[in-house]
Amino acid sequence: MSDRKGISRRGLFGAAGAAVATGVAGYAAHSALTGEESQAADNNGPVEFHGPHQAGITTPVQDRLHFAAFDVTTTKRDDLIALLKEWTAAAALLTAGRDIGQYGAVNGPGEAPPEDTGEAVGLPPARLTITVGFGPSLFDKRFGLASKRPKALVDLPHFIGDDLDPARSGGDIAVQACSDDPQVAVHAIRNLARIGFGRVAVRYSQLGFGRTSSTSRAQATPRNLFGFKDGTNNLKLEEADKLEQQLWVQPEDGPEWMVGGAYLVSRRIRMNIEIWDRTSLGEQETIIGRGKGTGAPLGKADEFDAIDFTAKNSDGDPRVPMDSHVRLAHPQFNNGAELLRRGYNFVDGSDGLGRLDAGLFFLAYQRDPRKQFIPVQNQLAKSDTMNEYIHHVGSGIFACPAGVTPGSYWGEKLFA
Amino acid sequence: MRTTPVFVGTARRVSIFGTVVVIGLAALTACAKDEPAAKDDGTGPVSVKASDSGCDLSRRDVKSGTSTFSVTNGGSKVTEFYVYADGDRVMGEVENIGPGLKRDLIVELPTGKYQAVCKPGMVGDGIRGDLNVAGDAPAQVDTDTALKQATESYQRYVNSQAVALEQKTTEFVTAVKAGDVAKAKELFPVSRTYWERIEPVAESFGDLDPKIDARVNDVEPGTEWTGYHRIEQALWVSNSTKGMEKYADLLLTDVKTVVAKAKVVKLTPLQLANGAKELLDEVATGKVTGEEDRYSHTDLWDFEANVEGSQAAIQALRPALQKRDAALVTQLDAQFKAVFASLDKYRDGDGFKPYTATEAEKKALGAVVDGLAEPVSKVAGVLAKK
Repeated sequence: MSDRKGISRRGLFGAAGAAVATGVAGYAAHSALTGEESQAADNNGPVEFHGPHQAGITTPVQDRLHFAAFDVTTTKRDDLIALLKEWTAAAALLTAGRDIGQYGAVNGPGEAPPEDTGEAVGLPPARLTITVGFGPSLFDKRFGLASKRPKALVDLPHFIGDDLDPARSGGDIAVQACSDDPQVAVHAIRNLARIGFGRVAVRYSQLGFGRTSSTSRAQATPRNLFGFKDGTNNLKLEEADKLEQQLWVQPEDGPEWMVGGAYLVSRRIRMNIEIWDRTSLGEQETIIGRGKGTGAPLGKADEFDAIDFTAKNSDGDPRVPMDSHVRLAHPQFNNGAELLRRGYNFVDGSDGLGRLDAGLFFLAYQRDPRKQFIPVQNQLAKSDTMNEYIHHVGSGIFACPAGVTPGSYWGEKLFA
Repeated sequence: MRTTPVFVGTARRVSIFGTVVVIGLAALTACAKDEPAAKDDGTGPVSVKASDSGCDLSRRDVKSGTSTFSVTNGGSKVTEFYVYADGDRVMGEVENIGPGLKRDLIVELPTGKYQAVCKPGMVGDGIRGDLNVAGDAPAQVDTDTALKQATESYQRYVNSQAVALEQKTTEFVTAVKAGDVAKAKELFPVSRTYWERIEPVAESFGDLDPKIDARVNDVEPGTEWTGYHRIEQALWVSNSTKGMEKYADLLLTDVKTVVAKAKVVKLTPLQLANGAKELLDEVATGKVTGEEDRYSHTDLWDFEANVEGSQAAIQALRPALQKRDAALVTQLDAQFKAVFASLDKYRDGDGFKPYTATEAEKKALGAVVDGLAEPVSKVAGVLAKK
C-alpha cells in the first residue's frame, strides 16, 4: 500500500487495515473461506483492484450500486486512451479507500477546487469495485476500433414488449461502481465523471439500493421488489469450472483483447409494483415458480432443492407451471445457458401518476450473449407470465475486458 | 443594420487564421488600388486602413517597445482593431470604431510574433495578418511581471467592454423610449453582450447586478422588478414599450454607475481566474437551460459573451500560466475552441437563431461547457502555487 499515491480517507487506516487482515486470517482458518469469500465477510475492507479478471463481477455482490453509461464526446483516440489511463489510476485509489489526486479532498491549495470531491472522507473502502465495459457504439469509425469489435458484442435484438427509452439505453462506455456504502459508490462515479468532462459525458446513470442476487455461497439470497428471493441458482464464484464455461471469454472465443473478460447486459426493468401487490400470494408463487417465504421451488421444502419440472399437482398440471419464470429461465430449457446476475433494486422516486418508479436494474455477465442472454430473454419475453407486471425500459450491452495488471490500464489491449 | 460579415469564422479564433489571412491579403490587394496605404518610413505610427473586407497595415515590422497604430475605418460597419499574441491574447485593442472614424492604439510590444486583426462588424475571427516585432526589449518576462501584465491587460479589456456597454445600452434605452419596438429588440442582445462579457466584475458591485439583470423569479418580495429582463418581457410578450420609459431610464443610470466603477476597478490574478470560472458557471446554469432570456430566446448571445469574457481573462493570464502548466494551456485552448465550434450550428448572421434547443441539444452544449469549465476551474490553483 505504501507505493500507492493518494491520501487515506481515514487517519487510522493503516492500523485498521492490519486489524482487518488479522481478523480475516483467523476467520479463514475456521471457515476455509476463499480470499474472495472472505471479502464478503468484511463490509468495510478493500477489494483488490488488480487481477486477471475485473473486480465487481464475481466479487460477492455488494449492497449498493451506482452505474453510469457514458458517451464519448471527444473524437480523438489519444484523448480516449488518456482518459482510460486516468480512470484506471483513479480507480486504483478509490477502491483502496483513498482520495484521488495529489492533494485529495482537503489538503490542496485554498484557491483551487479540491481534486477529490470529498464526500467519502472518513468512510472505509466499503468493498468498492469499479468495472468497465465498452458498448457497440464505441466500435464505430471514430476511434478506429471497428475491426476490434467482438462478434459476441451484438446489438441486442428487439424483444417482445420492449419499451426502451433511448436516453436510458446504450452508451459507449459503462462504469459499474458497487460498494456496501452508497456514498462510496456515488463518490466513485462522480469523480470519474468529473475526470471525464470534455472527453465523455454521462448518458444516464442508475442507483441501486439493494442487491438482488448473490455471487458467492457465503452470501444469503436477497429479495427483489416482488418480495421474492432472487438469484438462488446464480453462477457463484466457488464454481470455478462453470465460470470458465459460462462467464469468462476463452482464447478460442476471441478476440484476444477480450480473453478473460465477460459481456455485460444491463436492463432497466420497471415493475408495476402496485398491480403486483394486489395479486394473490398463490398467483405470485405460480408466476415465479417458487414459494415466497422459503424461496424453495414449488413442491419442495428448501431454497436450494433441485427444481422438479416433471412433478404434477392433483389436477395433473405441472407443479412448476410451463409459463413460470423459473422454468422459462432455467438452463435445462435454454441449452444449458447460465448467467452471472448481479442486479439491484431501484426506486427512483415516483412517476407523474403517483406510482413508485421502481424495479430491478438487471445486470448479467456472460461469455457470449448470443448463446446466453438473448435466447433466454427471447423465451421470457414470449411466454413469461411475469411480463404482465414488468416492462423493460432501458437496455445496454458492453464488452468488459479482462482485469487490469499494475502499470496497465482499462482497454490497453484493445488500443494496442 | 447588422449584416453578415464576410469573415465570421466557422471554427473560431485560434483555428483557421491561415485561411483567413490569405483571404484577407487578397482583399487587401484589391483595396489598395483604391486607397493606397500612407507612406511609411518605418519609424512613425503604423497606419491601418480598415474596411469591411480589408485590414491594410502600412508595415508589418515594428521595433520592440511602444508602437502606435492609427486605425481608420473606411468601411460601412463598426470595426475593432486588435494586436494578438499567441493564443489570441489581447496585447491591445480599440473597439467601436464607427465608419469614417480614426482612432489610435498605443501598445507596448516586446519582441516576438503577433497578429494584427481588424473585426468589421465586431464579430468573428476577423481579418488577420502577421506583425513582427524586433529589437532589444525582452520577449520573456518573469512570472510576477507576467501576472502584473495580466491584470493590466484584463483591465484594459474590462474598460473597453464597459465603454461599449454604456454606448449600446444608451442606444437600446433610446429605442425603448422612442417606442421603436423593432429597434429595441435588435439592440437588446447586442447591449447585453458587453454586460455578459464582464458580468463577474459587475456583480462585484453589490446590489447593482439584481437591479440590472434580475430574472422575474430572482426578485425579492417587496422589491420592484427592474432592468433588462423587465423590458425584455414587455418587448417580446406585449410587443410594446408602453410603461417602460422609467425602467429604461433606471437601467441606463444603473449601467452608467457600473461602468464608472468598472473603469477603475483593480483586480488580482486570482480574481481574473475565478471570474473566468464564474462566467462559465453562468453559462452552465442560466444559458444552456434557456432561463436567462426566456422571452426573447436570445440566450446564445449571452452564452457566447460569457465564454468570450472567460476567454479574455484566461488569455490575459496565458503567459503566466504557460510557465507553470503548459499542458493546461493546451487543454484550455482546445476546449475554448470546442465551445465556440459547438455554437456554430446556431449562428445566424452576426448573431444567433432563437434558442429553442431540444433537450438533446442542450445536453450536448452542456457537455462541452463542462469540458471547458473543468480545466478553467484549475487555473486559480495553478496561479496560487508558490
